[in-house]
Amino acid sequence: MTKNNIIELIDIHKSFGSKIILNNLNLKIKKGSSTVVVGGSGTGKSVMLKCILGLTNPDSGTLLYKDQELNEKSRINSKFYTKIGMLFQGSALFDSLTVWENVCFGLVQGHGMQIPEAKEISMKNLKKVGLDMNIANLSPSELSGGMQKRVALARAIAASPEIIFFDEPTTGLDPIMADVINNLIIELVSDLGATAITITHDMASARKISDTIAMLYNGSIIWQGGTNSIDTSGNDYVDQFINGRADGPIKLNIYE
Amino acid sequence: MFLVSFIGKITLNMLSETGRSAIFLFNTLSNGFTRPFYFKAVFIQIIRIGYNSLPVIGLTAFFTGGALALQIYVGSSRFNAESMVASIVALGITRELGPVIAGLMLAGRVSASIAAEIATMRVTEQIDALITLSTNPFKYLIFPRLIAAIITLPILVFIADIIGIMGGYVVGTMSLGFVSESYIQNTVNIIENKDFISGIVKAAIFGFIVAFMGCYNGYHSTGGAQGVGQATTRAVVSASIFILAANYLLTSLVFTQ
Repeated sequence: MTKNNIIELIDIHKSFGSKIILNNLNLKIKKGSSTVVVGGSGTGKSVMLKCILGLTNPDSGTLLYKDQELNEKSRINSKFYTKIGMLFQGSALFDSLTVWENVCFGLVQGHGMQIPEAKEISMKNLKKVGLDMNIANLSPSELSGGMQKRVALARAIAASPEIIFFDEPTTGLDPIMADVINNLIIELVSDLGATAITITHDMASARKISDTIAMLYNGSIIWQGGTNSIDTSGNDYVDQFINGRADGPIKLNIYE
Repeated sequence: MFLVSFIGKITLNMLSETGRSAIFLFNTLSNGFTRPFYFKAVFIQIIRIGYNSLPVIGLTAFFTGGALALQIYVGSSRFNAESMVASIVALGITRELGPVIAGLMLAGRVSASIAAEIATMRVTEQIDALITLSTNPFKYLIFPRLIAAIITLPILVFIADIIGIMGGYVVGTMSLGFVSESYIQNTVNIIENKDFISGIVKAAIFGFIVAFMGCYNGYHSTGGAQGVGQATTRAVVSASIFILAANYLLTSLVFTQ
């Protein structure tokens, strides 16, 4: 372990019943990097993210945050959740709150900020993600999928987090909106100087927003390297995945 | 062999579910009584559970009181005891039917609504989002609903008692030919404080059951729309059964005097 790693996963194992999801997974995330973990559906990307976030507990292995072990107690003691932002795949906006209330939720609940100040920050962040102020008082259900994603992005960056997690940020969006979201991610992460950890199977998005790519297969990281070197990885699994070929070492079990 | 395996499986499931409920309750109470307190969330739930349930509780109580008066009149007339109608309606409503009917109506209306809301939050990752935004879901979602239901159901039952007795009075005086003054006098004479209190205590316990079953089943839902539907059904069925079982136990152990 080095001081340069902000997050480190060591020999993480997780299974649900007899199904092994993560199998001795090892991954290092450098501070300030934008790492994308790619892999097919059902390879354990979301479970890995949930383990880091404490939404599920690994069966064994060690999670480190700035070289300190990350567990339920240390997440509370180190105020871990006030230092991260998370963009969920389905946006996960709260239906019962308006757009601006969603954006400032973490500021009020996690940081104890007063509502007027939090609202002001929310408005600035909505503007940053290119949303009109008129939508601030709408309910999330009144927005399109792309707009909901932007609101969720505004919420994820509202507290100027150290680490931002993105779960399939472009899934379900049209190619133009996907590119808009990718550009926003690059811009916002760079402005904040944050570390970004993204999971996706969208290779166009992965190439655009990352400086490091890791590939997850059968519950383990089988390759990790610079984005520029992925085309010359020499790994048959990576080649098949990034080129989207049906033939190759990765076999899909459609009945699984 | 099959029977033994079947009984074993059911027993293990019951034990596992009991343990999971106990942990859920422990998490709710241990988190709910620590800062920060979400008073606004409790107030919102009081309005949703209590105020919004008033029409359905009122109508149900009124018609139940009326039907009770008719049935008792038919039964008591076989023994020339028609004068007992007002007394039996008053006791039946305050001690038994008021809390049970209100509890069952809320099991259908509130338990289902709580389970569906929390289950939807679960399957759309809103509960995960709460955690990543430094908010404890037990404190923010579960505890306010439990407290609100425990506070509001006794109030609803108190109102249901009055409306139910009024239902009996309206049917008694307008359809069965009772004299208004004597009906009221018989009602007032028979009711004691403990009749009301037993109903109110039952109501607080039923309120807990209604909210707990909604929250517990919603929180542990899995899957998509089907999971939400299953959580809602489980919440209503389990809340109804537990209310009826608790009613019997409370009546037989505490309120038979």
